[in-house]
Amino acid sequence: MAESIPADATHGHHDHHHTEPSFWSKYVFSTDHKMIAMQYMFTGMAMGLIGAFMAYAFRMQLAFPGISVPGYGTVNPGNYNALITNHGAIMIFWVAMPVLIAAFGNYLIPLMVGCDDMVFPKINRLSYQIFLLSAVVLIISLFVPGGGFGGAWTAYPPLSAKAEYSLTGAGSSIWLVAVALEFVAFLLGGINFVTTAMNSRAPGMKIFDIPIVVWTIVVASILFMASVGPLIAGAVMLFMDQRIGTAFFDPVKGGDPILWQHLFWFFGHPEVYVVLLPAMGITADIMCVFSRKKMFAYKTFLYTIFATGVLSFTVWAHHQFVAGIDPRMANIFTVTTLLISIPIAEMCFIYIATLYGGSIRLTTPMLWALAFVAEFLIGGVTGIFLGASGADIYFHDTYFVLAHFHYTFFPIAIIGTFAGFTYWFPKMFGKMMNETLGKIHFWGTIIPFNCIFIPLFMLGAAGQNRRLYSFQHYPELAGQGMQDLRIFATVSLLVMLAFQLVFFYNCFISWKKKQKDAGPNPWKANTLEWSAESPPPHGNWPELPTVYRGPYEYSVPGREEDYFPQNVPG
Amino acid sequence: MIDQYVQALSTYANDIDNLILLIGVLVGFWFVLCELLFFYFIIRFRAKDGQRAEYITGEEKSHKRWISYPHMLVLVCDVFIVFFAIKVWYDVKQQLPEPYETVRIVGQQWAWSFVHPGADHQLGTADDIKTVDELHIEVGKVYHFNLESRDVLHSFSVPVFRLKQDAVPGRVITGWFEANGTGTYDIQCAEICGIGHALMPARIIIESPERHAAWVAEQGPITLAAAKQP
Repeated sequence: MAESIPADATHGHHDHHHTEPSFWSKYVFSTDHKMIAMQYMFTGMAMGLIGAFMAYAFRMQLAFPGISVPGYGTVNPGNYNALITNHGAIMIFWVAMPVLIAAFGNYLIPLMVGCDDMVFPKINRLSYQIFLLSAVVLIISLFVPGGGFGGAWTAYPPLSAKAEYSLTGAGSSIWLVAVALEFVAFLLGGINFVTTAMNSRAPGMKIFDIPIVVWTIVVASILFMASVGPLIAGAVMLFMDQRIGTAFFDPVKGGDPILWQHLFWFFGHPEVYVVLLPAMGITADIMCVFSRKKMFAYKTFLYTIFATGVLSFTVWAHHQFVAGIDPRMANIFTVTTLLISIPIAEMCFIYIATLYGGSIRLTTPMLWALAFVAEFLIGGVTGIFLGASGADIYFHDTYFVLAHFHYTFFPIAIIGTFAGFTYWFPKMFGKMMNETLGKIHFWGTIIPFNCIFIPLFMLGAAGQNRRLYSFQHYPELAGQGMQDLRIFATVSLLVMLAFQLVFFYNCFISWKKKQKDAGPNPWKANTLEWSAESPPPHGNWPELPTVYRGPYEYSVPGREEDYFPQNVPG
Repeated sequence: MIDQYVQALSTYANDIDNLILLIGVLVGFWFVLCELLFFYFIIRFRAKDGQRAEYITGEEKSHKRWISYPHMLVLVCDVFIVFFAIKVWYDVKQQLPEPYETVRIVGQQWAWSFVHPGADHQLGTADDIKTVDELHIEVGKVYHFNLESRDVLHSFSVPVFRLKQDAVPGRVITGWFEANGTGTYDIQCAEICGIGHALMPARIIIESPERHAAWVAEQGPITLAAAKQP
């Protein structure tokens, strides 16, 4: 970065602030990319706890209909709809995106491409502030008269457009404002990620020396920025329908409710890849480090990322096969949807090939990364059933769909996050995490996760539709056998939530110095962030590094160590 | 695969089940192969003292074919799936056979109402039979349905038929089914439609020709008698 302050001066500036009572400028109004990353990370995790609590409340209602849920109370149909709507919206917009893109993107991009901060630090700060505002607005929407919005996270009109249908007039408008604010925050963040990765690379870092995780965050940001426009327009139109009586989506006055579905899914499907790609990048990096292997066919992996990104814009209407679109359109979208399985399958093959011939150490981050691949495969292959139009007629809007996308989003948002968090924790906090607790947490999360969602696949195959707060009125869904599956899933959820306490305890004791100091490079990794101190100071390096090679030169023949950092000459 | 859970009672239900089975076999093969290899490599290549990992770039042709050949084979599987998916879709949603009768189905918050054509097999005449949450049809006959909604989106779902179609306000969407077994089964709403979404149960009653004729006759005189009363 040509215009950057010399790193030493930045460092002095930082120390100066340390001595002053400057809590606000250090933690709240910081422009340091690492502090903003932490803000995103912990806001995302806090929202994750809210989202998890919502899942707990509605799963309890599904397993034990009518009980007073401890900590929540009775779940009536209105509450139930608000809970599922906001669970979905929170987990995607306020957990997966801030943690995977904003937190990891902010933390890693400057450190991995070797510069002292984001290109636009103040836009970066503004991005977080708007994001925080959006989270506050969303939480407010839950407590207004009428209750939180209950029209599902897809917000299909006319249900979402008219208060007399949804019965949550205030809640649905405020919810929509929160979502729109969140998009603004990520547009600002996305500009920063792409610009920094492309323009501020350390001297010597060529385009194919960029770590995959940076590439995936950059491509994800581009996908987001390119796809969100129609949805922001749609959100404004929907807001006007709600508030000033326009009729974009009102068929009585000449509008069309299906128009919203196109606008929503034109964004909504690329959005899946927006959060998927960073998780895949994190996984790829971790797998190379802990198998001591060069990434298999780096360039091919990169091209599959681009191919996935481009194809993701052509598949949206597979969410609408039975929505009343022209049935001929389904044929086109079946073809494009199945085509996207090609680059994704190729990525999975590359993961597997990367393990071949490795020297694999099953540390906690590696377990998470491997689990991502193993579990995501289930999400991937079950998607084929839904992308094939003929089969989707039966599966559409059943629990099969629900289980399918939880097998993609859970590996992305939870497994991918834990993989990245446990891997970069030593860098972020300068301490190693406790490995035993880490492994207890890993198995205590992975096993219950499968026990939650495999029964839901079975319920979906048995025709159980989504978003029903009770099954007693549908004779074919009210049998005891199906209820037993629901109870099993809910109990598994409780077990999984209980094991998250281990994670927070582990973070706490690791951070409180009970663990040994990490040192700059505890994993013996190659990428540039490991050449900085742990945690890196403001400005990252006293002198910015120079790059001599690609990020994955592990086990190079003829070298004593089995790693070869990017910044080491030779 | 699906008929273990839900009976298959329409002429196209078996086609959809077979398509699901075909996809299950093809993706199941890849899934099992990938997971087996993946776990085998994890176990086989665990770190051992004094043993280094191999240096493989994966950029040479001889290496790359380990991912490019499987990728071609995945493409072949995709072509199969696309072909059969479109074939089934065409039969269920695109190519509607000539109907024996047409019924009108209207979704609203939170009930289904049905208009049967009555004894003259014509909709929109005086002998139409209107019911709420009960659809009576005759087994072995092709029915068209005209699906409408009065307020929000609903979705007309009959699991035993493997049929699902959203109802959209402002549109009349036509589809078809032909039952090949009798009995009483669920009609569910499969699109969230407000707080009463779980309270839209309707039943489809598939009757033998005699029973159905008797039901139609039962409805007729009552309606006529009611109309004749001063």
